[in-house]
Amino acid sequence: MNVTKLPDQLEPSPARLPGRRTEPLPPEATSSELLTTLSARALEGKHVVFAGHGLPTLAVSLAQRTVSPDVEIIYESGVTGAQPADLPRSISDSVLVTGAAGVLPMAQLFNFVLQGQRVDVGFLGAAQVDKFGSLNSSLIGKDWGSPVTKLPGSGGAIEAMAGAGEVFVVMRRHNPRSLVEELDFCTTPGPRRAAAGRGGVMPAGLGVTTVITDLGIMTRRGIDEELVLTAVHPGVEVDAVRAATGWDLQVSENLVTTVPPTGRELALLRDVLDPERVYLR
Amino acid sequence: MSVDKSTTLSEAVAEHVRDGQIVAIEGFGHLVPVAAAHEIIRQGFRDLTLARMTGDVLIDQLLASDCLKGVIGSFVGNSSAGSLHELRRRVENSDPAPLDLEEYSHGGMVCRYLAGASKLPFYPINSYRGSDLVALNGRIRSVTDPYGGEEIHVVPALNPDVTIIHAQRADRAGNIQAWGILGVQAEAAFAARKVIVTVEEIVDDAVIRSDPNRTIVPSHAVDAVVHCPRGAHPHSVQGYYDRDDGFSRRWSELARDPRRLRDWLQANIRGTRDHGEYIARLGPDYWDRLEVEAALSVPVNYGGRK
Repeated sequence: MNVTKLPDQLEPSPARLPGRRTEPLPPEATSSELLTTLSARALEGKHVVFAGHGLPTLAVSLAQRTVSPDVEIIYESGVTGAQPADLPRSISDSVLVTGAAGVLPMAQLFNFVLQGQRVDVGFLGAAQVDKFGSLNSSLIGKDWGSPVTKLPGSGGAIEAMAGAGEVFVVMRRHNPRSLVEELDFCTTPGPRRAAAGRGGVMPAGLGVTTVITDLGIMTRRGIDEELVLTAVHPGVEVDAVRAATGWDLQVSENLVTTVPPTGRELALLRDVLDPERVYLR
Repeated sequence: MSVDKSTTLSEAVAEHVRDGQIVAIEGFGHLVPVAAAHEIIRQGFRDLTLARMTGDVLIDQLLASDCLKGVIGSFVGNSSAGSLHELRRRVENSDPAPLDLEEYSHGGMVCRYLAGASKLPFYPINSYRGSDLVALNGRIRSVTDPYGGEEIHVVPALNPDVTIIHAQRADRAGNIQAWGILGVQAEAAFAARKVIVTVEEIVDDAVIRSDPNRTIVPSHAVDAVVHCPRGAHPHSVQGYYDRDDGFSRRWSELARDPRRLRDWLQANIRGTRDHGEYIARLGPDYWDRLEVEAALSVPVNYGGRK
């Protein structure tokens, strides 16, 4: 581990899990590499970013080495200003702590930083998202008492949505079971769903403004605005995205095609950040 | 002279844990007192309710050992390695028995411990409006702000019968020092009736007093302190050993099969006398792979009057 080198000078980490990558990678980006790169680019100009579990962890690491070198990343484990010399394998990896600017106990992280509205962007994953950006990470199935699949649950997602200025969501698979008209369970309400709720405090920010999937990017701004398709990945047809979405997806008049990862972004992901394909599976 | 609270893990668990209690085992993917959970399995406690923000392999292990009737928490998963299959079997199919799972968010769990530690009846929280968790969990309620604001959600105090945490070091009096990712250890300890702390090292009182700001729980809140090296495996301990991702991945595979899971527990937990034997069986080469490089902090100057 060498914390004195600049990120670009870091050599590729030796693979500690030999044999996990069984086939050579194609020259073009894989789906997870594209998702991660676009997620990282979306963080350009953002100052304080809260990283949840999974792909967001990798995306913020890439952003730090490309579009947002000065971004302050706050991990769900309470680590602030992390500059890990090795890829964190989860948000609670001890490599995040070595060389970080600070470590906050949970009470400070959740009450002062998230509820205290110190975070610009919360970066989350979810099993289901609806058209107004509410999230399900609790369970799949209509019978809550006996779900088809029990998912991990909220973690800090509810607090990230309620306290962050806006939320980005990254989803590996864009299909009608993950982009749904109606959530099986609303773990993490966006502002529109919260406004329809009772007995509590409204979220401080805009809720989900950006959803990045393996087919394209959807965005929204106002409380009552739906997610609108604003970009598709190269080679992806709009009709295919609409067919893969569980609601009648609106398409922006200014639809663009996403720019695939550059050689540098791809090299950072493959050789420096995640050579063992922990997140790039 | 301060009281010597150091004891063995088996004595600490036997003295303070009882069937049917609420036992908090905290540590956020780091400093997790896994060895203590294993000792609960060895001693065969029943009908416990486990309070734990981030459920992990130890939940699967306690469940498959029939130690638990309930879980209070805010996340259940095997870090980045996959699912907790024993937990999922129980929640999804009541197989082999149903599980009473009381779910919050991380912020909600933090507030429950804060209320418990502060001897407040409940704690207000901004973030549940519109969440189905409120309908699922009747203990998340709301009250009217008496200072003229609107309604606000509240969560009830959590006061575990026993809280168990793990740390890098302590003195024999039970002054606990920890660094790295800290979680809710201090809140969970102060909220509890009895507190057991396992540590990598018991150090001289002078070591603790050389860096008093490092103390996360003072002696007066601790009932038993146990020397328990490698007590957090497969989780990491900052500066002592790395996380064992291979174990976590193998666990998700193993736990798919209830028979194999129970055989593993029989052989490796009930089949070992104590944590020392569990460590010894894995062998020195195994532990060498989890070694970490040193990264020392610059000492601070506490000063002293001339």
